[in-house]
Amino acid sequence: MAKFEEVGPRSPITESTRVDLVHPRARLGVTIRAIVAIVIVAIMLFPVIWLSLTTIKTRPDSVAVPPKFIPYFPDGFLSDWCMVPQLNKDGTPKLDKEGQPVLKERPICFDVTLEGIVGLFFERRTLTPAQMKQYMDDPNLDWADRILLKRGLLITGPGEFVNRFRNSLIIAGTSTVLAVTFGLLAAYAFSRWDISGKKDFLFFILSTRMLPPVVVTIPIFLMYRQLGIYDTHIGMILLYTVFNLSLSVWLLKGFLDEIPREYEEAALVDGYSRLQAFRKVVLPQAATGIAATTVFCLIFAWNEYAFSLMLTSDIARTAPPSIASTQGAGGFEWAIIATASMLFLIPVVVITFALRQHLLRGVTFGAIRQ
Amino acid sequence: MTATTLQAEKVAQRHHVRRISDKTIQTAFILPTMVLLILWNIFPLFYSLYLSFTEYSVIAGAPPKWIGFENYRNILSSPLIWKYFALTGRFALLSVGLQTIIGFAMAMIVRAKFRGSGFITTLILIPMMLSPVVVGKFWAMIYNPTFGPLNYLLGMPPPRGPDWLANPQFALWAVVLVDVWMWSPFVMLLCLSGLKAIPEYLYEAAAIDRASAWFQFWRITLPQVAPLLMIAILFRTIEAFKQFDVVMGLTGGGPGDATELVAVNLYRIAFLGRFDTGIASAFAYIVLIIIISISNLYIRYLNQLRGEA
Repeated sequence: MAKFEEVGPRSPITESTRVDLVHPRARLGVTIRAIVAIVIVAIMLFPVIWLSLTTIKTRPDSVAVPPKFIPYFPDGFLSDWCMVPQLNKDGTPKLDKEGQPVLKERPICFDVTLEGIVGLFFERRTLTPAQMKQYMDDPNLDWADRILLKRGLLITGPGEFVNRFRNSLIIAGTSTVLAVTFGLLAAYAFSRWDISGKKDFLFFILSTRMLPPVVVTIPIFLMYRQLGIYDTHIGMILLYTVFNLSLSVWLLKGFLDEIPREYEEAALVDGYSRLQAFRKVVLPQAATGIAATTVFCLIFAWNEYAFSLMLTSDIARTAPPSIASTQGAGGFEWAIIATASMLFLIPVVVITFALRQHLLRGVTFGAIRQ
Repeated sequence: MTATTLQAEKVAQRHHVRRISDKTIQTAFILPTMVLLILWNIFPLFYSLYLSFTEYSVIAGAPPKWIGFENYRNILSSPLIWKYFALTGRFALLSVGLQTIIGFAMAMIVRAKFRGSGFITTLILIPMMLSPVVVGKFWAMIYNPTFGPLNYLLGMPPPRGPDWLANPQFALWAVVLVDVWMWSPFVMLLCLSGLKAIPEYLYEAAAIDRASAWFQFWRITLPQVAPLLMIAILFRTIEAFKQFDVVMGLTGGGPGDATELVAVNLYRIAFLGRFDTGIASAFAYIVLIIIISISNLYIRYLNQLRGEA
């Protein structure tokens, strides 16, 4: 810290002036808290770390007993530690025919493979050893083919997950755009004008979000069957739009309330029409809020499970229900499930970081502001 | 054309546009939201209210048959349903209780400012942003009694460790643990914002009076955070009564009916087996009334809080 004489008396006091906080005992307390916090993070993130490890395991390794924790990359990090030289009975290192030491992998290490990732995107069928040998010599195979061929599998076409992820993107994306657009308009009206019954209406919007999805789904299921939009993209998009409207109206109203009315009033005095003022004054001011709302709607639609489970079967089914129901032949194909989950979670994790300033507002429907 | 006429024309244009009255704009802005909500929320609610008084199955060809309160009577006199309500209540109590304690404790720890504390807080918040059903699915992998890492880390390598999800004694706890893992960060987030808002001078005064840390906690920290903590608890209680996704990902209601929470059972009645739409609608309405009572409490509390602020 700069000395008092250098900075002068008027510089702002940035350090705490509280004696009890600079006391060595308080400092020690902070250090202990930091360590405990890191331990908490390790525990909280363990499941996610385990998931990401499973994505790069082979099928047998993903169900190995005891579980394998350390990825082994040839010549990579920890590679020396993972490979243990085998010893003869007299204690000398065992050598193979070429004089190289014989190495054995520790049970805790596993070989890294892209099997899970390839398996996720392609439909595959099991080969007999004879067929496998025949395919091995085929020069037309690409890298994906070769990875699965090692496991005795042949790629027969794109997997169902490709479609599921595409559906998730289309439905979540479109419904978010609609929910934010309509939400923004309604939020502006609610924020700027005293509309009769406004409070009741706003709480009604919020309460729709508190119903268990099954309650709403039964009549919607019947309605969709009547209209012929069961298991269609349009049906899911509209449903998710409504589902997200409550969030978007509440969040955006909070953001718009923070923009001083004087800005628009000044614009109105300058001859702007109400719509022009909305477009040229309010929208740019609300940009951050709109972005945060968009991302929250996107996450909710992306993560949604119950509606998709009950209102789609195949054509418009999104990823969550199919991740939940994946069962490979001969038990779960955990590497594939893990990869699907991981691909599904990564965007959300990235977004969480981007959104951390607005997180509180988003998860409480704008009821609480930071 | 001169500059002045151009300007005049512009002004004229603006005046023309301004003729759309604020009233029209209001209506136009609210209308889409209104229409969507009526079609997708209000209409379905009334429709299912009607269905709840009928005997009807969506897969049977027969039209709904009016039977009055028969469905409600059947549900309320069914011991199984009461069991599921009790189970849901227990689940809510356990998971919300644990979330409150753990979330608050975590907030107290990460409250201290140290290098990277913001980053660490965000890392802790990750679980609550994830898709619940996917979370349930990968926790099933972690709970697995043979290759799952949990028993291993608990020092119970197979075959000694319990099969968490197949043992009726542990299954509910397994669901509770996942719910706590996902949502303790939520409680933490709310508590943190409450803690940040506590004015420093309260602690300063307490420090000057040589109040013990224990005293400071009970007399300053807790009362100041209480309103936000209450919101977190109410929010989580409502969500616990709706709990569906995590259970479906983890156990699907099993083993037997050890984790058959109300929402799961409702789904089973409505969309599996016989598709008892009438009964399911009545059941849904009962759940609805319970949740509305809780949310009413929540909203009233929130209003009160805002009124004070």
